[in-house]
Amino acid sequence: MKHYLGYYLSNMRIAILGQIQYRAQNYFYMVGTILEPTVYLVVWSTIANSQGGSVGGYTTGALAAYYIVWTLVRQMNVVFTPYGWEGRIQRGQLSGELLRPVHPIHSDISYFAGWKFVQIFLWLPLGAVLALIFKPVLHPTWFQVVAFFFAIWGAFLVRTMLYASLGMISFWTTRVGAIFELVFALELILGGRLVPMTLMPDWVQHVAAVFPFQWTFYFPINTLVGNPGVSEILSGLGMQVLWIAIGIVFVNIIWHFGIRRFSSVGN
Amino acid sequence: MPEPVINVKDISKHYKVPVREAGLKAAARSLFKRTYNIVKAVDQISFTIEPGEVVGFLGPNGAGKTTTLKMLSGLLFPTAGAPDVLGFQPSRRQPDFLRQITLVMGNRSQMAWDLPALDSFELQRAIYGVPRPDFEKTRDEFIELLEVKELVKKPVRNLSLGERMKMEIIGALLHRPKVLFLDEPTIGLDVTMQRRIRQFIAEYNQKYGATVLLTSHYMADVEALCKRVIVIHNGKLLFDGDLSVMKDRFSAFKTIGVTLANGFSMFSQYGEVLNQEAGHVTLRIPREKTPEVTARILAEQQVDDLTVEDPPIEDIIEKVFNLKSAEGDVK
Repeated sequence: MKHYLGYYLSNMRIAILGQIQYRAQNYFYMVGTILEPTVYLVVWSTIANSQGGSVGGYTTGALAAYYIVWTLVRQMNVVFTPYGWEGRIQRGQLSGELLRPVHPIHSDISYFAGWKFVQIFLWLPLGAVLALIFKPVLHPTWFQVVAFFFAIWGAFLVRTMLYASLGMISFWTTRVGAIFELVFALELILGGRLVPMTLMPDWVQHVAAVFPFQWTFYFPINTLVGNPGVSEILSGLGMQVLWIAIGIVFVNIIWHFGIRRFSSVGN
Repeated sequence: MPEPVINVKDISKHYKVPVREAGLKAAARSLFKRTYNIVKAVDQISFTIEPGEVVGFLGPNGAGKTTTLKMLSGLLFPTAGAPDVLGFQPSRRQPDFLRQITLVMGNRSQMAWDLPALDSFELQRAIYGVPRPDFEKTRDEFIELLEVKELVKKPVRNLSLGERMKMEIIGALLHRPKVLFLDEPTIGLDVTMQRRIRQFIAEYNQKYGATVLLTSHYMADVEALCKRVIVIHNGKLLFDGDLSVMKDRFSAFKTIGVTLANGFSMFSQYGEVLNQEAGHVTLRIPREKTPEVTARILAEQQVDDLTVEDPPIEDIIEKVFNLKSAEGDVK
């Protein structure tokens, strides 16, 4: 355990040092991720204003809070993508990681966890500008703030496991981009990424309940900007733990069979 | 007699590769009926390596050298056979096994590109859980041996190919592995850099008693480091033994170079004249006649200098490939 802690801290440090070198790229990437919810925010604010100031119980101030916190959660949700897995499997880049006495998933988690510190630092001024423009309304309790902290890390781990499992399909097939895009579309609709889940039809919410997506977007955002009770928050955190556990099982099973097919081409 | 560090018995690695003719018709047909070829990258090879040995693993491109190294380091699952390295089955990739080996590939980088190598070394320490005092002692020792005290502070992207290779080797050995798999460690490097890396590998082998399995297309690497060589071609093992034995067995000729004291003389009576210019003659003599011909030249000519050499190792290895492939003789 001490060994893993040391490794995580070292790799997080490498990520911070490395990503500081790419601060301009990080900033442009972040601006790109902020444009998406800004469009949603403008559209929904317009609808809310046309309906007397609110839509589905969300006022314009609450919508602003939802989508601005969305931008923060999005930074936390950046994980090693399935495309990254595809590249490292198809082009043999996985070889270097296989030689280490640590599973590659630890490298991904620790590196991206370290990167978060750079992302959040760069996000702060952008978040402030968005707040000045759109004037979000949120009144979280201290419990909500603490729960939000755990929820965004939970979201990061749920998404890491989900996309690692997905990316490892590349052990069997050469091109899996189409499958990835399908999952990204599902995440958009069923995760609270497009609109808050409560604005979705009931049947969509029922479908979403059997997928992990809402625990990566809607749940952490709602934990901070909504009015969830203590039990709702705790059961949500519990659901994140459950999905992380499911993800770990999936990653291990897929890895166990997939790694036998790894041909280590070119490296 | 110590137990072999590496024990390989009849391991194979076969790949199923889809094949089709060129053109639209063949592409359409392959949608319904795919044809596969079985490529035998490695085919039932066996050998053992004792602790502390440095063995050259030779063969042309595509012979199966790298595939074998990958199976021995746990990157690839063998199609058949189960190699044993340090008492472990490599494909299980147990942490205790991975902590005792390293695989250095000349075309692969483990260094963080934008950071000084010192930062990557620190990460290696954490990955392998090396105690800090041991790590610092080893790191400083390697930095001094490879003379890179200033280079380790520069971002890796600003280093030359040879300098980067030095960093790769330091990073790969910081956990002091007992078994080194080196795949073309000097590829693309200039002669000076090649020599420095060879010396470093030799010093590491002597100091830590490490076992080394080395592939290289630079025969200078092999001659400087390896007493024993294993030759592989088309996935099959062609020769396993001392380099000197291979030279004796597969080089039918020796080269005699003579520098004459009195200029020009007829030398075709002694053997095939390969080159003759400005008082220097190069002859090719059947190996068994070399002592006799040398004695005759010294007795009959006014000689300033005379050298007897084996043909270049590249020529000998090519001969092994040609002879053994023609015979279909596989050890």
